[in-house]
Amino acid sequence: MIPEVGQFALILALFVTLVQGTVPLVGAARNNVRLMSVAVPAARLQFVLVGLAFACLAWSFATSDFSVANVALHSNSRLPLHYRVAATWGSHEGSLLLWVLMLAGWGFAVTLFSRNLPAALRARVLAVMGLVAIGFLLFLLATSNPFERAIPAPAEGADLNPLLQDPGMVVHPPMLYMGYVGFSVAFAFAIAALLGGRLDATWARWSRPWTTVAWCFLTCGIMLGSVWAYYELGWGGWWFWDPVENASFMPWLTGTALIHSLAVTEKRGTFRSWTVLLAIVAFSLSLLGTFLVRSGVLTSVHAFATDPTRGIFILVFLAIVIGGSLALYAVRANAVGGGAGFGAVSRESLLLANNVLLIVAMASVLLGTIYPLIVAATGGTISVGAPYFNLVFPILMAPLVFLMGVGPLASWRDAPVPALWTRLRWALAVAIVTAALLPFVMGTWMPLVAVGLFLALWVVAATFVTARQRFAGMPQRGWRARMTANSPAWYGMLVAHLGVAIFIVGVTLVRGYEVEQDVRLEPGQSVAVGGYTFTFRGIAERAGPNYDALAGTFDVHHGDRIDRTLHPEKRTYRASGQVMTEAAISPGLFGDHYVSLGEPVSEAGAAGAWSVRIYVKPFVDWIWGGFFVMALGGLLAVTDRRYRVALRPRESAAALPAAAD
Amino acid sequence: MKMRWLLPLGIFVVLLVFLAMGLTRDPREVPSPLIGKAAPAFELAQLHAPDKKLGTADMRGKVWLLNVWASWCESCRTEHPLLLQLAKANIVPIVGLDYKDKPEEGKAWLAQRGDPYRMSVVDLDGRVGIDWGVYGVPETFVIDKNGVIRYKQIGPVTVDALQQTILPLVRELQRS
Repeated sequence: MIPEVGQFALILALFVTLVQGTVPLVGAARNNVRLMSVAVPAARLQFVLVGLAFACLAWSFATSDFSVANVALHSNSRLPLHYRVAATWGSHEGSLLLWVLMLAGWGFAVTLFSRNLPAALRARVLAVMGLVAIGFLLFLLATSNPFERAIPAPAEGADLNPLLQDPGMVVHPPMLYMGYVGFSVAFAFAIAALLGGRLDATWARWSRPWTTVAWCFLTCGIMLGSVWAYYELGWGGWWFWDPVENASFMPWLTGTALIHSLAVTEKRGTFRSWTVLLAIVAFSLSLLGTFLVRSGVLTSVHAFATDPTRGIFILVFLAIVIGGSLALYAVRANAVGGGAGFGAVSRESLLLANNVLLIVAMASVLLGTIYPLIVAATGGTISVGAPYFNLVFPILMAPLVFLMGVGPLASWRDAPVPALWTRLRWALAVAIVTAALLPFVMGTWMPLVAVGLFLALWVVAATFVTARQRFAGMPQRGWRARMTANSPAWYGMLVAHLGVAIFIVGVTLVRGYEVEQDVRLEPGQSVAVGGYTFTFRGIAERAGPNYDALAGTFDVHHGDRIDRTLHPEKRTYRASGQVMTEAAISPGLFGDHYVSLGEPVSEAGAAGAWSVRIYVKPFVDWIWGGFFVMALGGLLAVTDRRYRVALRPRESAAALPAAAD
Repeated sequence: MKMRWLLPLGIFVVLLVFLAMGLTRDPREVPSPLIGKAAPAFELAQLHAPDKKLGTADMRGKVWLLNVWASWCESCRTEHPLLLQLAKANIVPIVGLDYKDKPEEGKAWLAQRGDPYRMSVVDLDGRVGIDWGVYGVPETFVIDKNGVIRYKQIGPVTVDALQQTILPLVRELQRS
C-alpha cells in the first residue's frame, strides 16, 4: 500500500510540474499577475508530493518490504537501519528520486527566499525549475520506477553493494546532488533573465547566494566522495579521474568560474552574457554528468545497472534542455549585453583570466572523459587514463593559483603593474625562499614539491598582504571595529583562497613523500615504514551484523612507545559472498597511517603470514581540509547582509546605472 | 544575432552527436568483431625478461586468457584480486598484456599486488592493443586451442562474468 501511495504522489507531482512549468511563463509574458502567482503554490505542492514519494520509498527500505523490486535488489533485512535508509539512494531509481527531491527542495527554498524579487522574475525562475522537473519525473515514471512490485516477494533481499555500506554513502550522494541540482537555480535565473531581456547588477546579486550555496554543497560532496574512496576502496588514493568523478568535477570548475564572473557582473555590470552562459553550462554539465552515469556509455566503478532506453531518454532530454537553453542564448544574449570596459591589467582582466583557465580546465576534463567515445565513433580505439589528467591539470592550475594571489589586490577597471609589484614583491620573495627551503625539512629536495609549496605559500602570503592592506587603509579605530567593518563576503573570499593553499600543501606533500610498502608479515613480525615500526599481532575472527570479518591487529611504534593500534579487516558479506577490504587508518594532522590486509600467504592460512600493505601518507588530510575550508569560505560569503536586505523596486531600478558608471 | 552567440550551441550539437553514437555502440553490449576469428598474432618482449619474447604461437594448443591491463588503470585494481584467485586455482593460464605502460611501473605494480600471470608481455606503443581492438583497459580475452578468440570481457572481470561465462567456456574449450 505504502509504495502505491508513493507512486501516486509522483504521478500527481508530474501534473503539478506541468502547471508550474507553463502557466507562470504565460503570465510573465502577458504581465498577468494571477497566472504568475500560480508558481509559488505549485512549487511548494511539488515539493510536498515528491517528499511524500521519497518518504514512502525510504519507509519500504526501512521496513524491508521485499515485494518492492528495488528494495529486494538493494537491501537486506540484516542490514543496519541507517544503511537500509541510505540504500534508498543506493540504486539507480532511488538516486534519481533523490535528484528530483533535491530539485523540488531547491524550488521550495526559492519560494521562501524570493519575496523581494520582481513578480515576473520569480514566476519565470520557478517555471524553469518546473520544466526541468517535468523531464526528470517523466524519466523516473517511464523508465525507472522505484516502486515497481516484484510479486511473489522474495524472502530475503540481495543486499546493498558492500562498497556502499559505509557512513560516506549516507552523506556523500545527498551532498553531491544538492550541489548538482543547486545549479538549477542559477540556471533558472539565467534563463529567466534571457526571457525577460533584463540582466543587471541586482540580477547578479540575487543569483550569487544561490550559486555559492550550491557550490558549497558540491565542494563538500566531492570532498566526501574523495574521503570515501580513500578509505573504502583500499588503494590509498584520493582521486582517480574516473568518469563519474569527472562528471562532478566539471560542474565544480564551471561553478567556480561562475562565482567569480557573477562578482564582476554585480560589482561592475560587465561579463553579463558570459555569466549567463556559465550558469547554463554549469547546470548542463550536471545534466551531462547524469547522462554519463545513467546511460552506461562510459564504463566506471560507479556504473549502475544500465539500460539503453534510459540512455536514449536522457539524451533527448539533454538535447531539449541544453539545446533549447543555448538556442535561447544565441537569440537573446545580445539583448542582455556586455558592459563597461576595463584595462589590460585590472581586477576584471584577472578574473577573466581566472574564468578562461577554469573553463579550459573543464574542457580538458570533458575531452578526457568523452575521448573514448569520440575515438570509438571515428573507428579507432584508445583509452585515456590518469596520466593525461595528471599531466594537463597541474599545468592549467598553476597559473590560476598564481593569479589568485594577485586578483584580490588589483583594483577594478585599471590596476597599474608597478603598484601591484611594490605590494607583492615581499610576498613573492617569502614564498620563493620558504618553498625552496621547506623540502629540506621534509627530508629530500624535489623540484615539483618546491613548486607546489611555492604556489601554496604564495597564496597565503598574498592573502596576508591583501588583508593587511585593507586593514591599514580603514578609517575605523581599533581592530574590533575594523574587523566588523569588512563584509563577510570579503572574508569568505580570503578563507576560500586559503582553503586552496591548504589543499595544494596536501596534494604536494602526499605526492612527494608518501611511503607505500607491501610486505609479508608473520604474526609477531615487524616492519619499519617511514620512521614508524608496524608490528603484526595476529588475526582474530569477528562477526558483523551482515558480514564475517577477519580482523588484524597492528601496533604502530614511534620510537619506543606504542603510538596506536590499528585493526584492518577482511570482510565477507553473507548475502552476496563479496569480499571487501576494510583498511584501518589513523588520521593525523601531519599524516595518516594506513594498513590494509592483502591475502594469507602461508600454508597455515589465516593464522599464518599475510601480505599487508602499509602506507604512511604525510599531510593527506590537508587535501580534504582544504576542500572543507573552501566550502566554509563560501558559506561565510553567503551570510553577507547585502543578499538579505529587502530590495525595493526603486532601488533595483537605480542599480543598473550605478553599476555601469 | 551574431555568429559568436551561436558557438556554444554548435559545440553542444557536436557533443550530442558523439554521445548519440556512443549510445549505439554500448561497449559492453556490442560483441567484438574479432570473436570467432583468429587472434591477431603478436610477439612481444616479456615484462620480467625483456630479452625474451612471447608470442601467440607459443600458446598454441592451450586454452588461455589474455588480460590487458596497465599500472595506471584504476579498474584493473578492482579485478586484480579475482585474477589472483583464478591463478591460484590453476584452471587456465593467464597472459598479461601490460598496455601502454612503463615496464618498471608495471613490474612494481605486480610486485606490490601479486602476479596472477603465467607470462607477462609489454605493449609499449599500444600497437598490439589496436590489433586486438582494445577499447579501454582492462579487457580480457578467452582464446581456444586453435588460437581463435572465443570471448571478450570489456572492463573488469566480475565474479558473475567469471562464474557464468568465462569458466564454463574455458572448461568446454578444454574438453574439445
